[in-house]
Amino acid sequence: MLQETEIIKDTTHLGDEGEMVINMGPQHPATHGVLHLVVTLNGETIKKIEPHLGYIHRSIEKMCESLTYRQFIYVTSRMDYLSSHINNLGCALLIEKGMQIEVPERAKYVRVILSELTRIASHELWLGAMAMDLGAFTPFFYAFREREMITDIMEDTCGARLTMNYIVPGGLMYDIHPDFQKKVKAFIAQFKSKVTEYEDLVTNNIIFQSRTKGVGILSAEDAISYGCTGPVARASGVSCDIRKLFPYEVYDKVEFDEVIETAGDSFARYIVRVKEMNQSIRIIEQLIDNIPEGEFVGKTKNVLKLPKGEFYTRVETARGEFGVYIVSEGGTTPHRIKFRSPGFSNLSALNHMAAGSKIGDLMATMGTLDLVIPDIDR
Amino acid sequence: MFIKDYISDVYNGVTSLLKGMRKTGWYFVHPKEIITEQYPDNRATLKLADRFKGEVVMPHDENNEHTCTGCTACELACPNGTIKVVTKFETTPEGKKKKAIDSLVYRLELCTMCNLCVVACPSDAIKMAPTFEHSVFDRTKLTKILNHPGSKIKEGIE
Amino acid sequence: MFSLEGLTAMIQNWLAANFNPTMVLVLQCVIVILLAITLFAVLGLVLVLMERKVAAHIQIRLGPNRVGPGGMFQTVADTLKLIMKEGLTPDKADKLLFNLAPFVVMMVGMLLLAPIAFAKNFQIWDLNIGVLYISSISSLSVIGILMAGWASNNKYSLLGAMRSGAQIVSYELSAGFAVLSIIVFTGSLQITDIINSQENGWWLFKGHIPAIISFVIFIIAVTAETNRAPFDLAEAESELTAGFHTEYSGMRFALFFLAEYINIFIVCAIGATLFLGGWMPLHIGHWGGFNHLMDYIPSSVWFMGKTFFLIFLIMWFRWTFPRLRVDQLLDLEWKYLLPISLFNLLLATVIAIYGWHF
Repeated sequence: MLQETEIIKDTTHLGDEGEMVINMGPQHPATHGVLHLVVTLNGETIKKIEPHLGYIHRSIEKMCESLTYRQFIYVTSRMDYLSSHINNLGCALLIEKGMQIEVPERAKYVRVILSELTRIASHELWLGAMAMDLGAFTPFFYAFREREMITDIMEDTCGARLTMNYIVPGGLMYDIHPDFQKKVKAFIAQFKSKVTEYEDLVTNNIIFQSRTKGVGILSAEDAISYGCTGPVARASGVSCDIRKLFPYEVYDKVEFDEVIETAGDSFARYIVRVKEMNQSIRIIEQLIDNIPEGEFVGKTKNVLKLPKGEFYTRVETARGEFGVYIVSEGGTTPHRIKFRSPGFSNLSALNHMAAGSKIGDLMATMGTLDLVIPDIDR
Repeated sequence: MFIKDYISDVYNGVTSLLKGMRKTGWYFVHPKEIITEQYPDNRATLKLADRFKGEVVMPHDENNEHTCTGCTACELACPNGTIKVVTKFETTPEGKKKKAIDSLVYRLELCTMCNLCVVACPSDAIKMAPTFEHSVFDRTKLTKILNHPGSKIKEGIE
Repeated sequence: MFSLEGLTAMIQNWLAANFNPTMVLVLQCVIVILLAITLFAVLGLVLVLMERKVAAHIQIRLGPNRVGPGGMFQTVADTLKLIMKEGLTPDKADKLLFNLAPFVVMMVGMLLLAPIAFAKNFQIWDLNIGVLYISSISSLSVIGILMAGWASNNKYSLLGAMRSGAQIVSYELSAGFAVLSIIVFTGSLQITDIINSQENGWWLFKGHIPAIISFVIFIIAVTAETNRAPFDLAEAESELTAGFHTEYSGMRFALFFLAEYINIFIVCAIGATLFLGGWMPLHIGHWGGFNHLMDYIPSSVWFMGKTFFLIFLIMWFRWTFPRLRVDQLLDLEWKYLLPISLFNLLLATVIAIYGWHF
């Protein structure tokens, strides 16, 4: 048993050999949330980065143990708030799998369209925020103009703009708005006309390219060993898109490409996300005209009870693989829930990626990891 | 061919920068593209979605009647105890004792706008209203009683 | 036609008629000082608001539009706020240098006002080595920045100040070469001579290829010299520190902030003088009628118009491009700008000798 003084000496290395230890504190314009990074610097080079988490830990998993299976879904919207539909979808899929509930086709189509819209909205915000970190303040506003159209669609149909709580076990909570198809088509038309803007301002810009090429390299083996998923792993050449490998809902019926790059640097991660936006548009285009008529929710009992056992399901959020794992004792509330958050594993690779590079590269690396801290801290 | 690479480097760099500048310059000379809404000056023309989840209300018709039977389904469905239904016993004209709603206490400060109470209600008594200006100086004003004083249930609702 | 030289002549005659010569000189100095300070204050107000409005319109939003009509009094409100803030001095900071640094930077700005010709015959001091004076005085601003970084007793301020210092010193070279290529065309360092030589056309058009290349290099170099984006790594908000002015608050920070905008105005004024003709209206060759028409617009309007156009250009850069990392910044200067400007100077000399310019 270590004495108290020994524990303190063990965990607070105060920089030997002329190294500086500085805090990129919880409040910082560039960390996209309350993330505390303890950075050990040697002059201008980074030796080690240690993230300290927990500033927004709200004990969501414990809280869900006292909520019924219908009630706990709204909390997952608040975990990764940029992919709220997809998080809700993961939980709903798990309950449907456990209780063998049939989901009507109409609900499946609408769920996939909403998931892809959410993915585009999340990537738009990421694009704006990343450009802003690197000093280009204008693409943020252009990206938000497109995102505003998506949130308007969400507001019309689901009633909320960020934390939607519209997907329930069995289908949707209520039917879509009559203007849904029209507005989605208008959005697709506008998005396609604005794609060249992002290319001109950010992708082809020589300053942006020289700041992100060759920075923060993550090899494929390292990506797998750290458990990175999503665009971070796909930019290193690892094929891990859940929509292709373990298709759910109607993903096996639509045609889209899994975007894989092999360079593994920040620019590759950037390109993967931009191309993913285009692939999402492709998916939506194939589905939007063919939404079948019918019920929007399947028949479920009033009180949901998962049979005794362990259940796991996974979905592909904008950040990576989101997993929901429930241990059920047969009651109306789960005995234990565990959420596998994609941001947590992606963040663990930050030290490996950024050690040895300069401070200026840290922003470029962290921006492309697309971290949402409430997702990491739950 | 170092000189050729050098010159093409410079040329590509400069043209990419100029293309970016053309884009932002275009926006500068087109002020019609500005999409800022100047709230609170535009309250008269502000349009919100009908389904926007602002707060829970109990619609009353012109006879000051609602359709809430006091079954507490909404209280059971709410994940965090926002709604509390206070019931009382009423005598119907036939002389039977029936449970009826006394007051439906709704705490706006706790509500997460998840809509589960609206979906759970068997008689469609409550719905979400699109109001969004909830700021008050006194926190007790956020605890609302949803059924109006003196209102009673409509005939024929079970 | 409104002209400022009439005004100065009138004031001079009135002073000479009423006071003895020494008193006239003293009074003229006092008037010039007051005008310079007023110019600074007004410029600060106008430029900060201009920056915010330009930024807003590029970003498809409105800028400040509540404080006063069109947001005119926004900067006044900002200045009042800065004055009322507590001016903290760090504990172990070098008090003399800490307090002196903002004033050094402001002084450089004021000294540089002297040779600039705002309108015809409206110059404070027309010395025969005007351009050399400008180059040398503008190098002094590095001292103020290094003083600020050192005296803050803060290792990140020092780091930022060192980076700023290296950046400014390197980009002075390219700016100097760009200026030199115009001097090669005009053959004189005096500002009045340079402007008068542009009577039949601005050097940007007369000295075709080398002048255009010099102009581009000059604009890039002065953006880097004044620590503006995309070269503002030293003071960027999303980097680790705010650079050499981290520890300054209140009125001293306001002085640094003001000095940055004044510097932008001054370098744009110099660029306008050298490349775009200063107060000289747009004349094309010997087209008498057209030139006479252009002369109707007062020369001060020409000067201000050109300067503010260049200021707009620099602001346009800031809101379009991301930041360069510090080693890429120095890379750009030493590997690209300097060789190109050397080659350009050679080209300009050859063209000037053979008379191949217009």
